[in-house]
Amino acid sequence: MLKTFRIGGVHPPENKLSAGQAIITAELPKQAVVMLSQHIGAPAQAVVAKGDKVKVGTLLAQAGGFVSANIHSPVSGTVAKIDTAVDAAGFQRPAIYIDVEGDEWEESIDRSDTLVKECTLDAKAIINCIKESGIVGMGGATFPCHVKLSPPPGMKASVLIINGVECEPYLTSDHQLMMEKGAEILVGVEILRKAISVDRAVIGIENNKPDAIRHMRQLAEEYPAIEICPLKVKYPQGGEKQLIDAIIRRQVPSGALPIATGAVVQNVGTAFAIYEAVQKHKPLVERIVTVTGKSVAKPSNLRVRIGTPISQLIEMCGGMPQDTEKVISGGPMMGKAVVSTDMATTKGCSGILLIPSLESRRKEMQPCIRCAKCVSGCPMGLAPNLLMNLSSHQNWDGCEEERVMDCIECGSCSFTCPAHRPLLDYIRQGKAKVGAIIRNRNANK
Amino acid sequence: MNLNFIVSPSPHVHSGNSIPRCMYGVLIALIPAFLVSLYFFGVGALIVTLTSVVACVLFEYLIQKFLLKVKPTVSDGSAILTGVLLAFNLPANLPIWIICIGAFVAIAIGKMSFGGLGNNIFNPALVGRVFLLISFPVQMTTWPKVDILSTHYLDAETGATPLGLLKQGLPIDTLTSDMLLGNMGGSLGEVGAIALLIGCAYLLIRKVITWHIPVSILATAFIFSWIVSLDAHYAMQQLLMGGMLLGSIFMATDYVTSPMTHRGMVIYGICIGLLTIIIRRWGAYPEGMSFAILIMNGVTPLINKYVKPKRFGEVKK
Repeated sequence: MLKTFRIGGVHPPENKLSAGQAIITAELPKQAVVMLSQHIGAPAQAVVAKGDKVKVGTLLAQAGGFVSANIHSPVSGTVAKIDTAVDAAGFQRPAIYIDVEGDEWEESIDRSDTLVKECTLDAKAIINCIKESGIVGMGGATFPCHVKLSPPPGMKASVLIINGVECEPYLTSDHQLMMEKGAEILVGVEILRKAISVDRAVIGIENNKPDAIRHMRQLAEEYPAIEICPLKVKYPQGGEKQLIDAIIRRQVPSGALPIATGAVVQNVGTAFAIYEAVQKHKPLVERIVTVTGKSVAKPSNLRVRIGTPISQLIEMCGGMPQDTEKVISGGPMMGKAVVSTDMATTKGCSGILLIPSLESRRKEMQPCIRCAKCVSGCPMGLAPNLLMNLSSHQNWDGCEEERVMDCIECGSCSFTCPAHRPLLDYIRQGKAKVGAIIRNRNANK
Repeated sequence: MNLNFIVSPSPHVHSGNSIPRCMYGVLIALIPAFLVSLYFFGVGALIVTLTSVVACVLFEYLIQKFLLKVKPTVSDGSAILTGVLLAFNLPANLPIWIICIGAFVAIAIGKMSFGGLGNNIFNPALVGRVFLLISFPVQMTTWPKVDILSTHYLDAETGATPLGLLKQGLPIDTLTSDMLLGNMGGSLGEVGAIALLIGCAYLLIRKVITWHIPVSILATAFIFSWIVSLDAHYAMQQLLMGGMLLGSIFMATDYVTSPMTHRGMVIYGICIGLLTIIIRRWGAYPEGMSFAILIMNGVTPLINKYVKPKRFGEVKK
């Protein structure tokens, strides 16, 4: 029996249209727009000014706190302006505009393809290097990596879990990265293992990627501490809490950090970025982005410099299909619908999904028939129908009691509802309100 | 720059499931049982089912259109399903005017007076059925005898059902094999055990229902009747006679009126199984399935309130 998480889950159609497409390097943009908040936490503070010359890898902005991340220039050229740009959520956020001139890299960066296995740094130096390189969770959550690697006092990691699940439909960037950069990922895993000093690492891969499981297993033979764990296909297995449950059968208690189970989870893309940062001195300036959609001419996996406008990526894949009505940054279950394709690629952008008009509109909401599909689908064991009712009646105490804050916003409830009820919309509203109430209460204590 | 993109919160895909799909799924699952009743009861089964469906759909349409002044939603299939389930709980020789009264009570009182689909507390088809049973006890318990591909409707020859015989303390003359096939007297949709089980398998495979309710009802009814009778054959017959299978597979699993958590469903199922056998053995009526389901429909909100889903990360106490 394949392992999987124990509560809830749904099976959205996989639609991995770009599976098996070799990674193509995207062209450099004419102007790169580098957002200053590409991560969870405080925005980074710009350390360059208009007119400054920068190279690839030059520090553009310094982390604005412990939970924050450095940002490096993904291109070489001149800083045109420091202004605002629209982010995936549609808000104007500070950004650095760089006019691209040539492609000159910082000398310290090793751009060769040679695999460097030996890592002589100690744990502290590794975490420091990761912090300096501005690495964040590449699966989409963009939580600054060094924070996760520094457990709070009294907490000790016992296992490293590497997320190669890619449970979001359509997305294939992690899959393709494992196929092409598997050896580098494994070195990255060894470095991570050293950083948190655990003697066991497990890479979880869903069973719909048998080639990746086989490939990684073969490569991992020389690393006795790394185990490849095939998982039964079920959404949202890539969720941190679900993946921990699937692999080590421990559930993160409500309100606690994942480290409470002794597990530290990192994405395969993050492991690769860590390899590049530690072994090649390369900060996080590019990532793999899947550009896909049912009407897209050439669904592809692209290696993209951060700051490249997504319109350019869509052009590379055959242009915007006529019937596109919705553009998603990320996957269809948890990604954000963007306002404009002028938006720049960020560290957390794992995919660009173009949804044709037939699928882009929601159907009319019908009365709840209490079929309980949302209840049995919820991976957190909540009652989404009840939370929606409580939230729509603005019963915030009730929402809190029914553990609205446990919701991971995976969208399984809205996905599965036969009455097309916008369950997650209301639950999000409840989460926002209850979150504010809890913060207030704690502040007044 | 294209400003015509649709922006909405995630998720951006949907399973494609819909209320009509759920309803028509159940209707498809009822086809084998309907064919069995056509075979054993002939034209009467057809007339009763058609009358009930047409009446239910018509009453729902008229009430929504002229009384509530809302967009009629008869195309969602729920009124058709109520009509079929009501018919399946009636004898195949019931006069049309009584069926229409039953359909009216089911739709107008059982469903629309609570606010329509999703808001009713009690299973509408059972509300209609029990109303008829209490109001027209003679017609509702005068069962036509099995008459293969019969052309008789109101003039069908009548006889006792196995459950009726059992209630009077008389020996049952129906073989277990005939019970499995449906060769016995009873409501028109409840007789064919194998056909009902085929429908059940279809519902389970299509994931329209889960196993929790039917299995917990049937297991409880079997074990409980075995304990009280110390007779496994009797316990087996309890499952095959009367509305036990129809009720546990198609009536008790009604989404709207059954609990929402798996644990709740099992509690609900166990109680229905117990109540049914209690009524059959010690109650005034030979059959207790409809009453048991209706009683537990009333308890469902309470079950939903106290039986919560198993939370992620809940500390074991």
